Amino acid sequence: MAQVSSTVGEQVPTLLSASKSILLRISKFNPELDESSKFMEFTVSYEKWTTVLEAILDVKKHFDHSVAVRYSCRQATCGSCGMLINGKPRLACFTKISELDSDVVTVEPMNNFPVIRDLTVGFEKLFDTHQKIKPYVIRDDTELESDQREFLQSPKEVEQYIQFANCIKCGLCNSACPTMATDSSFVGPQALAQAYRYVADSRDKGKDTRLNIIDESHGIWRCHFAGSCSQVCPKGVDPAMGIQFLRGYLLGFRN
Amino acid sequence: MKESTIMKIHYGTALASVGLVAVHILMRLTTGFADSLEYENVLANYRSVPYVVMLELILILLSVHGFNGLRVILLELKQGRVYEKAVSYGCVVAMIGLIGYGSRTIIMTNMGMV
Repeated sequence: MAQVSSTVGEQVPTLLSASKSILLRISKFNPELDESSKFMEFTVSYEKWTTVLEAILDVKKHFDHSVAVRYSCRQATCGSCGMLINGKPRLACFTKISELDSDVVTVEPMNNFPVIRDLTVGFEKLFDTHQKIKPYVIRDDTELESDQREFLQSPKEVEQYIQFANCIKCGLCNSACPTMATDSSFVGPQALAQAYRYVADSRDKGKDTRLNIIDESHGIWRCHFAGSCSQVCPKGVDPAMGIQFLRGYLLGFRN
Repeated sequence: MKESTIMKIHYGTALASVGLVAVHILMRLTTGFADSLEYENVLANYRSVPYVVMLELILILLSVHGFNGLRVILLELKQGRVYEKAVSYGCVVAMIGLIGYGSRTIIMTNMGMV
């Protein structure tokens, strides 16, 4: 467990254990009160296994309980603790301090999201765009016949989309996307990757509906294929590849 | 028009422009680059109907491609219903204007009015 030994802008290098320590800089910003964000600095000791989230929670527990951070599962499953760690979008619970190879760890709220407070951002737009692409299997025969079992798929059919089903809606891809930084109406890599996840699903019959939704002026064509969305995904999803596959459908290269 | 249709036109005009501009540059090289820019030689080029057709095509292709590119850049720069409509219509009007003015130059020169 990380141990904390200082607060608010000044360093007091009193370590509570013999383990190594880093300077943890936490962005503090309350849009209702502050004009700009400021950093609070804490010296935190850590072990090889200490995650950034654990360090933040220790700061919260021992020194500044007002630090706002969203978290839940602590095992990269819920997608709640996305933030910029040393400038890169990462999950705090999935990032070990020892892996950062730095004496200073700076945590900030994710880019391209409205800040609620400190490290917590609003996910309304992400969930809206996710919902917009109809993230569910669309079929005419919604009711199963009595003698039918589930909609069966071959392993090859599952392979077409399974990677994209790993998305945990953490928003790191949207945070890393350079188009989202300038185009506030852009549908974003998360929603586009999920559009592909259902378009590629052999059970789904909503391909044309989804392609129509993303084929608009702030839709799929605004992607510049920077590929940063795929680089930051903690679950190994490759939204950039999904976007290119979707473009293939729209350009007539794929059926 | 659907965005995918616009983008198909965008990619198509880019590819066709590369091909035609390559022919255009190669033809400049056949007579020697400096000679090809002599006033009389330029006028002579405009009198050749096949060459004029190619210049007109290049003008149209590059205008369509260029103004759509400009539209995309401006749409990414700022958002808003009125702004986006103004950008889209503005780019179409500017594109028609440029093609019209360029075509006027090509036709007048071809007909010996210059």
